[in-house]
Amino acid sequence: MLTNSYCLVAIGGSENFYSVFEAELKDVIPIVHTSIAGTRIIGRLCVGNRHGLLVPSTTTDQELQHLRNSLPDSVAIQRVEERLSALGNVIACNDYVALVHPDIDRETEEIIADVLKVEVFRQTIAHNVLVGSYCALSNQGGLVHPQTSIQDQDELSTLLQVPLVAGTVNRGSDVIGAGLLVNDWCAFAGLDTTSTELSVIESIFRLQDNGPSAIVEDMRDSLVDSMV
Amino acid sequence: MEYRPELTQQQILCCSCGTTIPPNPTNMCINCIRNQVDITEGIPKHATICFCRNCERYLQPPMLWVACQLESRELLALCLKKLKGLNKVRLVDAGFIWTEPHSKRIKLKLTIQKEVFTSTILQQIFEVEFVVSHQQCDDCAKVMAQNTWKAMVQVRQKVDHKRTFLYLEQLIIKHSAHKDTINIKECKDGIDFYYGSRSHALKMVEFLTAITPLKSKASEQLISTDIHSGTSNYKFSYSVELVPICKDDLICLPPKVAKAMGNISPLVICYRIGNSIHVMDVNTLAVAEISTQTYWRTPFQALASVKQLQEYYVLDVEPCGPVRGKYVLADIQVARSGDFGRNDTTFFARSHLGGILNPGDSVMGYDIASSNFNNDAFDGLHRGSLPDVILIKKAYPAHRKRNKGRNWELRQLQKEEEEMAPRKQDQERIEQDYEMFLRDLEEDPELRATINLYKSDKAKKEADHAMTEDESDYEEEDFPEVQLDELLDNLKLDDGPDGEFEDDDEDMMMD
Repeated sequence: MLTNSYCLVAIGGSENFYSVFEAELKDVIPIVHTSIAGTRIIGRLCVGNRHGLLVPSTTTDQELQHLRNSLPDSVAIQRVEERLSALGNVIACNDYVALVHPDIDRETEEIIADVLKVEVFRQTIAHNVLVGSYCALSNQGGLVHPQTSIQDQDELSTLLQVPLVAGTVNRGSDVIGAGLLVNDWCAFAGLDTTSTELSVIESIFRLQDNGPSAIVEDMRDSLVDSMV
Repeated sequence: MEYRPELTQQQILCCSCGTTIPPNPTNMCINCIRNQVDITEGIPKHATICFCRNCERYLQPPMLWVACQLESRELLALCLKKLKGLNKVRLVDAGFIWTEPHSKRIKLKLTIQKEVFTSTILQQIFEVEFVVSHQQCDDCAKVMAQNTWKAMVQVRQKVDHKRTFLYLEQLIIKHSAHKDTINIKECKDGIDFYYGSRSHALKMVEFLTAITPLKSKASEQLISTDIHSGTSNYKFSYSVELVPICKDDLICLPPKVAKAMGNISPLVICYRIGNSIHVMDVNTLAVAEISTQTYWRTPFQALASVKQLQEYYVLDVEPCGPVRGKYVLADIQVARSGDFGRNDTTFFARSHLGGILNPGDSVMGYDIASSNFNNDAFDGLHRGSLPDVILIKKAYPAHRKRNKGRNWELRQLQKEEEEMAPRKQDQERIEQDYEMFLRDLEEDPELRATINLYKSDKAKKEADHAMTEDESDYEEEDFPEVQLDELLDNLKLDDGPDGEFEDDDEDMMMD
């Protein structure tokens, strides 16, 4: 689970694997080794952004305490009493907007809005209710299920205020959420992901915008922004 | 107005090559899928099928030989059975690609479907080439190697003419009873049929039993035996003896038989041979049927057969009254045709031919008065009560003189002759027998109906030729002419190819 301000990884996997994250992120954001409800499936069970972290009700007090101790104080942590307990699968969010499963509790919706400081929209992606599984969002862009129609992409893009593209990870897998971790400056994709898929991911999340034209545009945007 | 959202197809990049494609379950373009998986894998692209040139059949493994046309459904099925991996895929379509018939190649175009990834079905069209290799089938090998027969049917009739066998041959051709034979051999008093298996021989014996009265005897000869497996190898011979009585024969029944047949007069004629012997007393039109069993209990010989028939000239016909079917009892006054101009001897004969004879006709009959028969039963008869002449059938000498050619012909079985070439007089006798048989066919529509006659071109030309030569315009009016619609078109396979090719050339030139 990766956000702009912290990264959660599981306990018990090979250190080799976690060292990849540590090599990339150690200097920038805290990397927390944890379990959720005694399991290693962190990313599917919890959801979060720069502002907060939501964990399912099955999370033990000890785990909650560990997270609280490890994460920066600016990150709010909240346990959610939600029937759809795999929060990572039913919620997709960046720092401003969250897409949620249409059947999620109203209370949960309110908690999401409060803790993560986001606008919440009940949506489906390519007629799939598991919005967290079938898309990956950052503040720069989003990758959605390959079957998402142009109309749906436009609609979601309007809600999120970021560009979206339909694509795949892990050599044609349409379960984007399971194969891709992304924040505003880096992304981690599954081992099977092809170069084509990586190039799509890089371009939509603006991860390699080092080209002169991109800098010029970015700088101009920010310049114009600051002037105004 | 209803809002209709504009549906544009979203596009994604193929995950391995990056081309723009509409999304599919694998999210890969068709070419990349093809590169990754070959659904025709495991299906051979080349195969061999065996073909027997002689009988033009294809081998369907393991043992079956089936006849099928090029590009036929049967051949397709046979070819598809040859392809091993086809059961793992779904065959959607199969068809032939045309190849030159002599190329010994058969090409199939197959369309198959197979699930490659989860819920991704790939369809592919590919070609399979079959090489037709020649292999002689067992049946043909048996025919080629002459001495491999397993069973033999020896058909014999102990009479001095071949009429029965000529007729039998036509019956066999008509019913294709000879199709399993591997060899047919003509020998003294009969024909031998050779078979590759015992059941075929039994079938032939049954066929013969159904059409003619006979006596058959089976015998077997042990060729080899394997005491370990308990299998033995036999050759089977079926000796079939036909009743030596033919149609139009004069018979003197043994007194016992005559009594058993409702006390019929012993001197009878055989008017029909079916499954049993049908005899008739020409004096009373009384008929009797002698079954095969009855005959072989007390076998008897014919008193006189068609060879002894003499021609008579009908002077007067006086019906007596009794009628049985087409037979009308009549008193007929006849004179020997040979006696014309020599004497005025006339004979009175009571005959069953009252319906068809008219004064002035010719008729064939047996001369009882001046014949010497060497027969015990005949010797026992009271000589005074015997008729002088027994008339058998109407003759058509004028028609014979006029029409030499025939517009029909018969097919013949391919027989192997005896080792010794027949002597010259035998050859003549054979030809004479054949001519007699053809005449019988011409004069008897019922007999004709049981066999196949074929149109003949050659004979017709000759007949036309003969017509122009002959001035005499007298002809028997009631001659049972062979009608054109009785004839079948003759399919000639063994004709000289030269003539046909010339015709073709002419046609092409005219085109």
